[in-house]
Amino acid sequence: MDDTPVIELNNITKIFGNRPDVALELLKQGCTKDEVQEKTDQVVGLKDVSLSVKKGEIFVVMGLSGSGKSTLIRHVNRLIDPTSGSIKVNSQDILGMDLEALRQFRRHDVAMVFQNFGLLPHRNVLDNVAYGLEIRGDEKTARHEIAHEWIERVGLSGYENSRPHQLSGGQQQRVGLARALAMDTSVLLMDEAFSALDPLIRSGMQEQLLELQNSLHKTILFITHDFDEAIRIGDRIAVLKDGEVVQTGRPEDIILKPANDYVLDFVRDVNRARVIRVGAILDKSQMKPCDVSVPRLTTCEDVLPLFARHEWVGVLDDGGARIGGVSAKQVIAALARHSEAVS
Amino acid sequence: MFPEIFETRPVRFWIDDGLEWVVRNWGDAFEDAAYPLLYLLNTIQKFLLSVPWWVIIIFFAGAAFAATRRWALPTIVVISLLLVGVMELWDDAIKTMALMITATLTTIVFSLPLGIAMSRSKLLQRLVTPILDLMQTLPSFVYLIPVVMIFGPGKIPALIATIIYAAPPLVRLTDLGIRQVNFEILEAAQAFGATPRQKLVGIQIPLALPTILAGVNQTTMMALAMVVIASMIGAGGLGYQVLQGIGRLEVSRGLFAGLGIVALAIIFDRITQAFGKRLQQKIGLSEKR
Repeated sequence: MDDTPVIELNNITKIFGNRPDVALELLKQGCTKDEVQEKTDQVVGLKDVSLSVKKGEIFVVMGLSGSGKSTLIRHVNRLIDPTSGSIKVNSQDILGMDLEALRQFRRHDVAMVFQNFGLLPHRNVLDNVAYGLEIRGDEKTARHEIAHEWIERVGLSGYENSRPHQLSGGQQQRVGLARALAMDTSVLLMDEAFSALDPLIRSGMQEQLLELQNSLHKTILFITHDFDEAIRIGDRIAVLKDGEVVQTGRPEDIILKPANDYVLDFVRDVNRARVIRVGAILDKSQMKPCDVSVPRLTTCEDVLPLFARHEWVGVLDDGGARIGGVSAKQVIAALARHSEAVS
Repeated sequence: MFPEIFETRPVRFWIDDGLEWVVRNWGDAFEDAAYPLLYLLNTIQKFLLSVPWWVIIIFFAGAAFAATRRWALPTIVVISLLLVGVMELWDDAIKTMALMITATLTTIVFSLPLGIAMSRSKLLQRLVTPILDLMQTLPSFVYLIPVVMIFGPGKIPALIATIIYAAPPLVRLTDLGIRQVNFEILEAAQAFGATPRQKLVGIQIPLALPTILAGVNQTTMMALAMVVIASMIGAGGLGYQVLQGIGRLEVSRGLFAGLGIVALAIIFDRITQAFGKRLQQKIGLSEKR
């Protein structure tokens, strides 16, 4: 992962209604979403949202329904146009594109996976996966070859001739995923891609996504309402509330330092022991020799048993060099943090 | 008495004179313009009459089996057609069938594009819907007479009257079918960079097909409903037998011909319906409902 921003949203505001300029003016004067709606009958979808997704990272936007997250992701491929702000993908100004340029952009640079799959019911799995390639004009044999390859990679071999309605929800979303991956775009948009699936299937899909990402290194913008899903797959997370970003950061940052009570509400139910890694809470000055050491990405859950015998556990960086240590007290403090934050 | 607000007689004169003028000056041109329609009808009729009766029975039984994959419907089809033959109505039934098929084909050619255009433009939908309402509610004799005046009695006015009466459901259902296509599927297509044309041809029309087929079914049924009226102006066929039956007070002749129309209605209705259902199952739409 390098730091090149691939998706850049700057000060995006989206107002739904027939007089967006009036509402925009009110927002500038400092009115809230509810005030604007009361005064002008215009709905504020997004308010001054800025975020930047780096190359090769999975960036998760988390928010409850109505927070504007689905509106947000649709700005990246301009299924929705912003009322104000600027959008860049791969350094291209998306808003400046005419219809044809936009179509080419959608065909080559960005693919999308949908919550309710959006599969074509009248086509079989093979032609569904090949759909994006067909739209962009690839030859039949070439696109079928690519489609076969992706069907195999997502584990649907043998279902090529089935119709979507004959598949289970998880299988259908695998088709949706394969259809997006077949486009070989650098950017992947996933709009609540796993939200419609059963919990067990969902975690299977999350695992599969992470596994694929290990070899693909795509830039992924992932939308979810499920905080557990966000911390599981996100390299970074933005929490959205009423169309505004309330906090952006790595999963641990958000769990250890929730920006406000709203974020805290999500953090409270998380099994912190599984998420917080020792690297985030280590004491850098603690360098005295100790009997056991663990890599910095070890979770608190895995470190805890070691404290039955040892007072200190060393922490190593990726290269195996000692960078500090953690004590049982520190781990317990990190795990208990939310009760402290309330006061 | 309702008070006379303004005199309407000039308006009526104007309409009547106008029509007369059109008939005098443009009658031949209209007739020439409608010739392809007549040619199509005659070709279909000649072809159907030249095919041996048993081939036609086998064809319809085969279509019924292909649509349902059961033996019930083909059996009904064979029995109804045999009955038509036994009642000495075979040629008349074929003529009626030819009229209906021609009217349906012509209707499809005009209604599909119109329905598609309506589904994409709210304005057009608002303009066309009242016209369709008018076409369906205006008593057919009202437009039958000017049409006969322009084209002269015969098959062409019969065909045109049938088309006017039978077209609205197909236009409406085409419009409806395309509007009903799931928004999420279209959004996905758009996200992949599909052009409006790619969306229409690749997604909207195929997914609207079951609904469109229901429209074709309606059109065939309404075309059959018009055959008696159409035969008054020279369409021939089963409707003419009914008319003769009435005229000569031969109840039996009217009854037989009427039963023949019913037989045709059953055959076309059930076969097109079964095809529609099959199509829906293939797409997987029927399970959701």
